[in-house]
Amino acid sequence: MNSLRIFFIGGAIAYRALFNWLTPWIFVPTFLVAPIFQILLFVYIGRSAGVQSDEFYVVGNALQYAAIPCIFAMSSTITDERQQQTLGFILVSPARRLPLFLGRSLPVIANGIFVSAFAFIVGGAIVGIDVPASAVGPLALAIAVSAASCTGIGLLSAAIGLRVRETATLNNIVFGTLLVFCGTNVALDELPSWMSFISQGLPLTHGIEAARRLVAGQSLSSVSGLIAAEALVGAVYGLLGYGLLRFMEWQGRRLATLETA
Amino acid sequence: MRSLRVLGVGWLMHFKLLSRSSFNSVLGIVYPLFFATVAFFLFREGSPHALLYASLGASVMGIWSATSTAAGGALQHQRREKTLELMVAAPVHFSLVMLPITLAMSTIGLYSMAATLAWGRLVFGISLHIAHPALFCLAVAVTVVAIGMCGFLLAVAFVRYRSAWALGNLLEYPVWLICGFLVPLSLFPGWVRPISWVLAPTWGMRAIREAASGGGSLLADIGMCAGLGALYTAIGVLIVGRLLRSAREAATLSLT
Repeated sequence: MNSLRIFFIGGAIAYRALFNWLTPWIFVPTFLVAPIFQILLFVYIGRSAGVQSDEFYVVGNALQYAAIPCIFAMSSTITDERQQQTLGFILVSPARRLPLFLGRSLPVIANGIFVSAFAFIVGGAIVGIDVPASAVGPLALAIAVSAASCTGIGLLSAAIGLRVRETATLNNIVFGTLLVFCGTNVALDELPSWMSFISQGLPLTHGIEAARRLVAGQSLSSVSGLIAAEALVGAVYGLLGYGLLRFMEWQGRRLATLETA
Repeated sequence: MRSLRVLGVGWLMHFKLLSRSSFNSVLGIVYPLFFATVAFFLFREGSPHALLYASLGASVMGIWSATSTAAGGALQHQRREKTLELMVAAPVHFSLVMLPITLAMSTIGLYSMAATLAWGRLVFGISLHIAHPALFCLAVAVTVVAIGMCGFLLAVAFVRYRSAWALGNLLEYPVWLICGFLVPLSLFPGWVRPISWVLAPTWGMRAIREAASGGGSLLADIGMCAGLGALYTAIGVLIVGRLLRSAREAATLSLT
């Protein structure tokens, strides 16, 4: 019961307390307006270069933009403990680490889903894409799984943030990597083979592909393999992130480096 | 002469400070490269003949990138560092203290410009042929200064907002989009073009492209870019006086 309380209530409180982008002055420009302009930027670059359809860029960028809330919020809700000088208190508490750290990921995933869905709906309406009614439910599933998967890499970034001072720089580089590698704007078969190979192990790649096929009219059952692959990739990153968090905690105690970064 | 010295010394100091920051220097180089890489892939696939167009456009994106977010939050940054009151109390006009900061930010963008052009050459094989090298350098310099002046206007216009960096960050994509960096203005609806025309980067971008290709209206474009930059500075100077007076009266200068 105590672990459930830490997971749900503790996670929500930590998220609200530590992720300071929830103020409307940051939330609206960063999470609601910027993704629309990212979609428009690539739609127009695509039109200018004469490649792909508008749907391709709307789907790719709407799902990829979940990386901003998922990576930045996940790392912020853990590494900002140090900035608030509360990291030591958290780590000396007898709370179980799994609910303590993973509980913070739930609101992050919810935010990622909201941002992606908003960008998809508004961006799609501005550009004028048609989505079959039967695809709405499966699309919501693809968005949710992609946001969760992205939060997995956010957890990894948060763990690195326990030793690296410039988390903003690191998170932006992760965001850019996902932009280039995951087939967000360049079809995977147009990327060099080594990049396509790497993309298979990155979050979003399979989710974006699944969403594109759903918008094109395919059924949920035909993309279930892609969605399962996306979930698996996210779970692997989540496990890696959790393992690295525990390692950083252990190393921080051993070397007395918790507060040094 | 003293004003020029304040500008020059301030610019150099802030340029050195920004160069030491991984967020402003390393990320300032790497982040636009991600977008440039995507653009190069797309143009290589669809319009290989337009790769030079894309390379020049992507290189100027970095100058704007280095300025928009950082300039939006420039005053807030000084406030957080507890140096804002000292800057306001300095015995020169506040604009002369503030302008070098945003000019240094846009100058940092030159790292990104050079990196993007080199990336395009080395990875995508985009050759850069410049018809008028001297005018190309002039166009780049004027564009950097004009973007720095635009940053100055953003810095003072957003001074009341605690999260001004987010507003500056918000302007990154729209300016990339409508200033003709990667998309010709002719592709946009007619109502977008007047907005592009009042943005100095639009003219700077045109001047840089024309200097590279040997186009006709190069000097006029450079003049428009410089003129708009001067206009932004004049508006910024007017605003900053009113804002400082208001902040002093309400004793809100150091409030974060």
